[in-house]
Amino acid sequence: MFEMLSDRLGGVLKGLRNRGRLTESDVTEVLAEVRTALLEADVNVTVVRDVIERIRVNTVGATMSTALNPGQQIIKIVNDELVAMLGGETLKITYATHPPTVVLMAGLQGSGKTTSAAKLASWFKSQGRQPMLVGADLQRPAAVKQLRVLGAQINVPVFSEPGDPVTTAKLGLAEAQRLGKDVLIVDTAGRLAIDTEMMQQVKEISRAVQPKFTFLVIDAMTGQDAVTVAKSFDETLSIDGVILSKLDGDARGGAALSVKHVLGKPIAFASTGEKLDAFEQFHPDRMASRILGMGDMLTLIEQAEKVFEKEKAEETAAKMLEGDFTLEDFLEQLQQLKKMGSLQGVIGMMPGIPKEMKNAEIPEDQVKRTEAIIYSMTPQERAKPELIDGSRRVRISKGSGTTVADVNRLVKQFSEMKKMMKQMGGKGMLGGKRGKGATSVGMSDDLTAALGSRLGPR
Amino acid sequence: MLALEIFAQQSAAGTTPKILLALAAFVLIFGIAVVFVGRRKSRQPKVAAAVEITTPTTTPITTVDSTQVAVVGVREKLSRVRSSFSGAVATALIRSSITQETWDELEEALLRADVGVATTTRVLAPLRELVKAKKIVQPSELLAALQSEMTAQLSNSARELNFDRSLNAPNIWLVVGVNGAGKTTTIGKLSAQQSKLGRTVLMAAGDTFRAAAGDQLETWAQRSGAEIVRGGDGSDPSSVVFDGVARATAKKIDLVLADTAGRLQNNSNLMEELTKVRRVADKGSGKVTEVLLVIDATTGQNGLAQAKQFAQATAVTGVVLTKLDGSAKGGIVFAIETELQIPVKLVGLGETIDDLVAFNAGEFIAALFE
Repeated sequence: MFEMLSDRLGGVLKGLRNRGRLTESDVTEVLAEVRTALLEADVNVTVVRDVIERIRVNTVGATMSTALNPGQQIIKIVNDELVAMLGGETLKITYATHPPTVVLMAGLQGSGKTTSAAKLASWFKSQGRQPMLVGADLQRPAAVKQLRVLGAQINVPVFSEPGDPVTTAKLGLAEAQRLGKDVLIVDTAGRLAIDTEMMQQVKEISRAVQPKFTFLVIDAMTGQDAVTVAKSFDETLSIDGVILSKLDGDARGGAALSVKHVLGKPIAFASTGEKLDAFEQFHPDRMASRILGMGDMLTLIEQAEKVFEKEKAEETAAKMLEGDFTLEDFLEQLQQLKKMGSLQGVIGMMPGIPKEMKNAEIPEDQVKRTEAIIYSMTPQERAKPELIDGSRRVRISKGSGTTVADVNRLVKQFSEMKKMMKQMGGKGMLGGKRGKGATSVGMSDDLTAALGSRLGPR
Repeated sequence: MLALEIFAQQSAAGTTPKILLALAAFVLIFGIAVVFVGRRKSRQPKVAAAVEITTPTTTPITTVDSTQVAVVGVREKLSRVRSSFSGAVATALIRSSITQETWDELEEALLRADVGVATTTRVLAPLRELVKAKKIVQPSELLAALQSEMTAQLSNSARELNFDRSLNAPNIWLVVGVNGAGKTTTIGKLSAQQSKLGRTVLMAAGDTFRAAAGDQLETWAQRSGAEIVRGGDGSDPSSVVFDGVARATAKKIDLVLADTAGRLQNNSNLMEELTKVRRVADKGSGKVTEVLLVIDATTGQNGLAQAKQFAQATAVTGVVLTKLDGSAKGGIVFAIETELQIPVKLVGLGETIDDLVAFNAGEFIAALFE
């Protein structure tokens, strides 16, 4: 739903092409677009101002690289700046000399503390530790029960006693010492940053258990208020790191930048799915391109890595360029595509896709219909669509519950596309040798840039 | 993507199979790119920069007199929030004339309230004309005009909750939203509110996914004196809601409040599941008369995407804005209501059972600037 920064900059940058150096007025115009992109990504207004200033300093007078056009160059500067701001020091988890190492979870209601606590416990387990969970959220009905169920799923003991959260936390600590557990994760109730009574309570919990790490859990969908929340929690608890939750949504996640900028504390983990193992260390580079709306390329790459069989893909691509691409191959590609998520979602994540295509509705039933038509063909027909004559058409349309016109359209467009692919293969536009150098010729500039930035030193 | 551009240009009509074909082509090229990147990646040396974090020092705690924290009313809650903020537009009002800074400050106030760039630009545009034409001269007039314009844009919405008395069967209100928005708590409060109106309530625990969601709802059922129908963990939410409606019909209960699991709107499978819940809910003797989308006041621009996708999946009839007792202003619901025509019906102001009030447009708009 948001325009990509590169699309947004397109109009402004047309006038800049073929000039050797960016002038101050060019930069001002461009930075206005960058500002809008950041605001749409929910980066805090004050933080946006700082970011824009830093970028301005780096951009004015920057000599144009010959390899990049002005747009790419500015995007690169902006991207690098964001990566630098989001990254920096990483949080190294160290363990207390006198176990257990206590971790305190805090945040607003519904930010995802309980789920994150369980995920973190699971992560510690994967590091060879023996964690224990304490349910000190005695406020929300069944919060402790939720933690117990999650604990059972990951085979981690959960301690809680009804009554007072501070007492429960203390007793939990004693229990962990008794059981010889080396990590203790304390889940607390959600609280508003401006609720002084509740903030006092979490401070007392903190004092009682003396955490080695205090994590603030922030929802990736949070807007401008993230800054206020982060500041208050940091003032009360002295936060060591941030856990960014619900990053599997489609929010651009500007809150991450706001919080990082305001606290200066690392974003330690990202929670990326409903399953308890969907929890990973934070990648500043991915977050930067996400905030800029450069398509969530890296997520897409990961999804693709999961569903792709690379030999097969290379083989099919070669066939396509030689004009041997069959409907069978097409069907296969379509199914792999579907595995990557909703088609609209996949298109949305891809940079450099023309607007007409992004806006085009792709109803899932149309996809199903296309599949049904191909399923109703014999293997010979799929390999050689020109075999399909009048009576075969009628049969296929009946078999797939579509009309003869639908079948015609598919066959006709498929052959047109095949021709086009062959032409491209011949001209070498997509050419190159199999699986080698294909990125630089077939991919859009943005994609190449995005892939490139991931490969940079980190 | 050169190939795709060519396809897009040639398929002016934009027929679906063609787009699919183009996509298939993309997937191939993309697959190769992934392989290529994978190779280069494996050659990259891993640089790990790490800084050890020391244990935070705790500061001495000052004690708070518990009598200070007495029960506060709804109005006080809101005003407590408001007074804790320095006026976002205070400086703008001090100036004697309308300058660029005045505009910047108004814009910033709206952006800080999460109203969004596009919506902010839209509401300020007509005022720029009025100022240019010298119809507005003073900053205070400008602020008043902006507030009344924004309030006016919210004035035509029907905000009462739909309850069809003539139905002779349960009304069903479905509560939907992303994870952690406050659906279950809202149902608890709604139940209490509707019971006070003399309606009998049954809760259907349609969140069979999140651990202990059913237990949480059951606590609210006890607190508000409502019936509850639960399914097993991981059971089909549609059937739980269907059973709830059947039980309500048999017991002549007026209203079924159906809870659903939180889901992110870009998860198409879960959104399809929600469409099914709604469809199945309508299949029994009852009727879905309200689909309430719960939006957390801290939500930023993603709220608009949430509203769009949930509306598409379940034909949302109203928004419940939760956690407005915090420091967030919930400005995204202004965009949701004015752009998607989904009225904000209720506002959540805390964790106790009576903290659910009707949305008041004038108060809401005024609060955006405080």
